[in-house]
This record gives sequence, C-alpha cells and structure tokens, in this order.
Amino acid sequence: MTNAVNAKVTRGSSQTNSSPALIIRGLEKKFGSGNRSTVALQSFDLTVQQGEFITIVGASGCGKSTLLSLVAGLEKPTAGSLEVNGQVAFMFQDATLLPWLTAKQNIELSLRLRGVAKSERSGKALELLTRVRLEHAANRRPHELSGGMRQRVALARCLAQEARIVLMDEPLGALDAMTRDLLHDEIERVAKEAELTVLFVTHNMREAIRLGDRVILMGNDPGRIVHEQNISLARPRQIDSADVATRAADLTKQLREVSTHDNL
Amino acid sequence: MTISDLLSPENPLIKVSTLSSRVWAWLWPKLLAVSLVIGFWQTLVVVEWRPVYVLPSPATVFSQLLELMQSERFWSAVNTTMSRAVIGFVIALLVGTIVGVAVAKVAPLRLAIGSLITGLQTMPSIAWFPLAILLFGLGEEAIMFVVVLGAAPSIANGVISGVDHVPPAFSKLGKMMGARGLELYRFIILPAAMPAYVSGLTQGWSFAWRSLMAGELLVIIAERPSLGAQLEFARQFSKAPMLLATMFVILIIGMLVDGVFSAGSRRIRVKRGLSTTN
Repeated sequence: MTNAVNAKVTRGSSQTNSSPALIIRGLEKKFGSGNRSTVALQSFDLTVQQGEFITIVGASGCGKSTLLSLVAGLEKPTAGSLEVNGQVAFMFQDATLLPWLTAKQNIELSLRLRGVAKSERSGKALELLTRVRLEHAANRRPHELSGGMRQRVALARCLAQEARIVLMDEPLGALDAMTRDLLHDEIERVAKEAELTVLFVTHNMREAIRLGDRVILMGNDPGRIVHEQNISLARPRQIDSADVATRAADLTKQLREVSTHDNL
Repeated sequence: MTISDLLSPENPLIKVSTLSSRVWAWLWPKLLAVSLVIGFWQTLVVVEWRPVYVLPSPATVFSQLLELMQSERFWSAVNTTMSRAVIGFVIALLVGTIVGVAVAKVAPLRLAIGSLITGLQTMPSIAWFPLAILLFGLGEEAIMFVVVLGAAPSIANGVISGVDHVPPAFSKLGKMMGARGLELYRFIILPAAMPAYVSGLTQGWSFAWRSLMAGELLVIIAERPSLGAQLEFARQFSKAPMLLATMFVILIIGMLVDGVFSAGSRRIRVKRGLSTTN
C-alpha cells in the first residue's frame, strides 16, 4: 500500500489538557490512482486547540466532508500527518437516529457500545437527554420527534460517546430558520458546558460567524485552506445582527474570489 | 342510492356507535364478497352445471366440514400437516438466515451463489419432488427437503436485500459509536434490515405452505393422515364434499398464518414511522 508510506495518523486521549485537540500537517487525500485520481484535499495545515469552535465554509467539492471523514477515521489520508487527541463523534445532516429505538434507547446503545454497565445506562441516558432539554421526549421514537429535536438527541448521543471532539457535517442544513436559531443556542451552550472541540461544516456564512471562534474558508480543486479568520465578536451573538451580516458579506466576497466555478 | 351507500356506516338507519360502525365498515365488504361467492356457487349447483356428486352445494360442504371437525382423524391430519409446516419453516428460517447473512457479508460467496438463490426462488417446488423421492424415498424426509428448499431462498433473499438497503450512514454511525464486527451486525445492521427480513419470512411461509401441500398430495404415508392426503383420498373416492371442505381448511390456515405475519410486519413499520396506523 503506497497510502501508508507518506501518511501518519496518531490518536491519543485528551488527558493532557495543554496539547491541541487536532494537529494537521500537509494532509492530502487522493481518490483513485494514476490519471483518473482526484485530489480532494491538499497541503492542509490546521491546529485546533481544545475547546475551540471551528466553522468551515467553502464551495461544494472543496473537501470539507473529506476532512471530517479523515479526522473521524472513516477514511485514510494519502499523505501528511494527522494527530487527534480525544474521542471523536460525528453529527450528520440527518440525525441518523436508529428508527427502531426510542430517543433514550438510542443514547443507551451508545453507552452500551462504550462499555457502560447496564445498571448505569438508563440514568445516564436520562441525564444526557436533560442536558439537551429533551427529558420529556425520552420514550418517543425518532419519527415522533421534530427535526430539531432529532438533532438534539444526536448531540446528546455525541456526549454519550464521551466525545471530546465533535464533527458536525451541516447538521442544521435541513432545518427551518427558527429551529436553526434555537439549535445554534443549544449547540453553543452544550459545547461550552462539555468543553467540546467542534469542527462545524456549513455553507451558510452567517451561521459560520454566529458559531465560530475561528472560520476556515476552503477553496476547491484541490481542496485547501484559502483564508482563516478569528471571530472576535462577543457572545452571545445574534445571527441577524449587523455585525454578523457585515462579516458574512466580506467572507462571501473572499470565497467568490478564490473559487473556481467550473464545477458549481 | 347504491348498495354501498345503504350499507355505509353513515347511513342513519344502521349508524349505532363509532366502534360498531368501524367494525361494520371493516366487515361489510368481506361479508358481501363471501356472499357473492357462495351465491355464485349455489347458482352453479341449482342450474346443475355439474352433477351434485361432483359439485355439491355450499350447505352440504359446510355440514361436511362441521362433521369433519368432530372426527379425531381430521384433527390428527391437521396436527400432522401443521407440525410439518412449523418444523419445515423453522429449519428454512435457520438455513435461510445463516445463508443470507453469509452471502450478504462475504463478497466472493455472493458472486458464487447470490444469483443461484434468486434462481432457486423461481423454481417451482413441485419440480423437486421426483428427485426428493429418489433421494429419500416416500417419507417425511422427502417432504421436509422440498419444504425447506421452497422457503429458505425467500428468507435468505429477505436478509440479503435488507442488509443491502441499510443506509450507509447507519454503518458509518455504528463505526463511530465503536461497534465492530459482530456488534455492528447485532445492534445496527440486522435491526435495520428487519422490515425486509419479515417480508422474506412472509414469502417464505407461503412457499413452505405450497410446497407442503404439493408434497402431501404426492408423498402419502400410510397411517399418517394429513390434509394433503385427505384431499387425495377424497378425490380417489369421489367424496366431493370432503374434498371441498378440506380445501376450505387449507385456505383458512394459510390466511390465518399470513395474517399473523402481516400484523407483525405492520407493527414493525408503524413503530419505525414507515407507515401510519392501519
């Protein structure tokens, strides 16, 4: 395997509090081989401190989702190094709750797979549901929950996995504007309480600025970082505030300049 | 005013309460269908389309059925047939499930026998009997062999299509939650495949039941009464009422068991929000 030669992945625990949650150096991911290969990600460098909230925006095909898959370990990089310190959990666009289990049972399964003793699971699951304010919906099945509630259960499930790093791939993309705003508050609050490190992929600039401590702008062909910006606005932020809107407009302009449009 | 208006629960003449009107709404189309069939049958008898000793009247057949139901031999026949059906189906369930999981999971095995399983499903089970009789003689084994061969491919196919249609996001999720190998199957993939598995079981049951009836007509074991043997016996001795009564019993048993499977399947689908109640 030529893949393994140039690429190095290290996964550690987050016990040493001072070390960054993520150290990515020269990361590359190619799909296919020879002339027909496509480079999804190239020369990608990023360091993320523990507890940092990173939002990632970019045109379609810029490798945002590939980046998350690499960090999650669902894909292997073809070059570069990746150091992940802490348990990783994934939040998908559709919450992917298992439809044959209730909200509580979904969380209990996560606990069970982590090796939590049977006697502790029920109480722990209820406690986690309480943290996303869904204790009243514990016995409902996914199809009996609204889209926003499903994502809150998914968030609680990430906590059940004792995740230190949560990867969110457009988790609010399918929700209406009002639910989305409420979920912003919810995710911000839970991430802060649990001291989570978050990589949040979105194509909504305002959402990126509303949530992020730092926004990463990615360009396509090949996927790479074209711009990074710390967001110094005080929290709590409002998605419809003038500050957020101005910054979002600036970023959109930058993104237009760096994107090649042939595959949009 | 049409018949359906007249019989509808909205008709003030028959509207009583919500529960009984709902039962009525469910019942009357069935009653109507049954009475049409019996009426048609009675007409054929009245006009003497065939002599009555070949096509007896509905009343004769039902009194024959009541009489049969009081005989010990009849219940022993039902018992033999049902135990064959249950044992054959359980073996087919085990074989089909194991083969299905193996084929779904192991790529070379799928290439080797995946299409064969679908092929076997299209093979009429009665075509297996000559071989089964050569291999096992005229006995229980021949019947079991064909029942299992009839039902197992449907069950295996149910497992395979169920596993194939598990959303990729679920497997991804399972891996992220730390489920490995068998755990991934036990907690994520097999439960996700359940609706297709139950359809496979339903179809498997109906193939098992058909194969069993074919088998009991062909492989008649002395001193071992069964519904199939009773059918063949009634034909040979020109006992038309007994023949029709037995057919009726076979139909009812098949429908009852199918009803149990449908109810199970509906429960699973409602639980998962795949269909609404009823």
